Amino acid sequence: MAFIIVLGILIVLVIWIIGMYNGLVRLRNQVKNAWSQIDVQLKRRHDLIPNLVETAKGYMKHERETFEAITKARSQAVEAQGVAEQGKAEGRLTEALGKFMLVVENYPDLKANQNFLALQEELTTTENKVSFSRQFYNDQVLQFNTRIESVPTNIIANMFGFKQSEFFEIEVATEREVPKVKF
Amino acid sequence: MWEIIRLNRRRSALLIGILGSVLVLLGGAIGYYLFPAEPASGIFYGCIIALGVWIFLLLTSMTSGEQILLATAGARQISKQDAPQLYNVVEEMKIASGLPVVPKVYIINSHVPNAFAVGLKPERAAVAVTSGLLSKLNRDELQGVIAHEIGHIANRDTLFMTMAGVTMGAVVILADLFLRGLWFSGGGNRRRSSKGGGQIEMIIFVLTILLAILAPLLSQLLYLATSRKREYLADASAAQFTRYPEGLASALEKISDNQEKNFSKSRTLAPMFIVNPMASWEGTSGLFSTHPPTAERVRILRGMTQGSSLQKYEQAYRSIVKEGLMAPATLKMAKEQGVRKADEKSKESHDPQKNLRQVKDLLHKVDGYGLITCGCGVKLKIPPKFKYSNVRCPKCNRMHDVSVALLAATMAAELAQNKNT
Repeated sequence: MAFIIVLGILIVLVIWIIGMYNGLVRLRNQVKNAWSQIDVQLKRRHDLIPNLVETAKGYMKHERETFEAITKARSQAVEAQGVAEQGKAEGRLTEALGKFMLVVENYPDLKANQNFLALQEELTTTENKVSFSRQFYNDQVLQFNTRIESVPTNIIANMFGFKQSEFFEIEVATEREVPKVKF
Repeated sequence: MWEIIRLNRRRSALLIGILGSVLVLLGGAIGYYLFPAEPASGIFYGCIIALGVWIFLLLTSMTSGEQILLATAGARQISKQDAPQLYNVVEEMKIASGLPVVPKVYIINSHVPNAFAVGLKPERAAVAVTSGLLSKLNRDELQGVIAHEIGHIANRDTLFMTMAGVTMGAVVILADLFLRGLWFSGGGNRRRSSKGGGQIEMIIFVLTILLAILAPLLSQLLYLATSRKREYLADASAAQFTRYPEGLASALEKISDNQEKNFSKSRTLAPMFIVNPMASWEGTSGLFSTHPPTAERVRILRGMTQGSSLQKYEQAYRSIVKEGLMAPATLKMAKEQGVRKADEKSKESHDPQKNLRQVKDLLHKVDGYGLITCGCGVKLKIPPKFKYSNVRCPKCNRMHDVSVALLAATMAAELAQNKNT
């Protein structure tokens, strides 16, 4: 009798542990999936920039510095590895793009170019998608990390080596500055 | 998010259960009335027939409800090449809301701005916007409207609306048939045949008629009461998805300012639109309105100054309506989030006139109009069933051959259709 009871308790315990483990795996996969969504959008952004530069070059003959800054920031962003580093590189790219867009204001012909307008819309939507998917990713990470830290799942997480995921933040220094307007 | 869906599911199931019981009760009463000799089998068959009608309608709506609704509104599917901005905004909101797939995008040819969403499952969802909406709103406003519609899909409102609409339709059909039948058969002729218990039969007779008259009204009231809350909830979701409540607020203002009488041909579609096509701006929030007054919705959205989370919407809602909207569990789950900056560039470059031209071109393209650009710069649009093989440019009198342009246009339209389906 006692044996059956102990066996019953053991079975329940094992099922419970399996449930916790599977829950962690599910959350980890959600985090991975959310990250791949960001990755798609970042790649898309990197692909758009050469097109943008090509289209603009014909109109902006005297802005070599701006173009160089963008191209450099882009190649850094493409090469960046890891969530934190990628966040920083993307932040620099956002800054460079912001400066570029300010310069574009001085070239009305470029602003009226159909091709450029289409590219601009693509860039806007890609930036939005990055920011929305980033929010979605960070939500998933928060959920996953909370689960890993809290009792009793933390025991399972330690046993099977589940590690906390990093939040993805794009740091943009210029956002805190007041933009200077020149006429 | 999930809390809203769960609660919504439970409420929907309850409401549809109640509506279904009203339907079956009505069927039973009619059966009893029609076969007074055998009350038991009369009630039984009445109930069975009512259930049969209901299930038939439900199955029809399950298999092709979206297509029927979209066809009723005269909506046509478009692809990314046709309207890149609209399509992009839908994709953005898909990401923000975490829907499994990008909803299909439809356009309706009407200068009155409005939008609605359909879809029994998020996988089968579609959003439809009118050409007027596309031309009048800037990017941020369009995003707000699409977010509201996707909010309906994500909260499973579209499922509920379809199910409840169908059940309500069944009640109306049944009651209507019965009352009409009564009218033509000249009332209770067969009453006379049974001598005993005339009193009771008279009472049942009156009760049945009362039920037949009241059931449609009752079910409509129930339906409307819940549909208004859903609009507020979708507004809250929209603010949460876009992180920019002002976008939807100013869109609602524009949409409401541009409503006209006799836009929607069908009353059943009215509850599905973002702004009720049949009501005015201040509107009455009476028992019979599907939508809350737009002015109130705008005030609530503008009251969200400190953030764009569900909590902030709830606070703004409480300060204006003086009652709660969301369940505490939902609010506890929701995270705090700030308000993003306005997209100043899109606001500046927004040109309604130019937009209108683009949207018209888009509609022509979807309809398979041929396009000929004359040497003098005039663009000639040839309707798909143009009778003549040549057309004269109205400005410079040059003659153009129609057939090639028309063939290209029909082929492009067909290609687009095939790709979409």
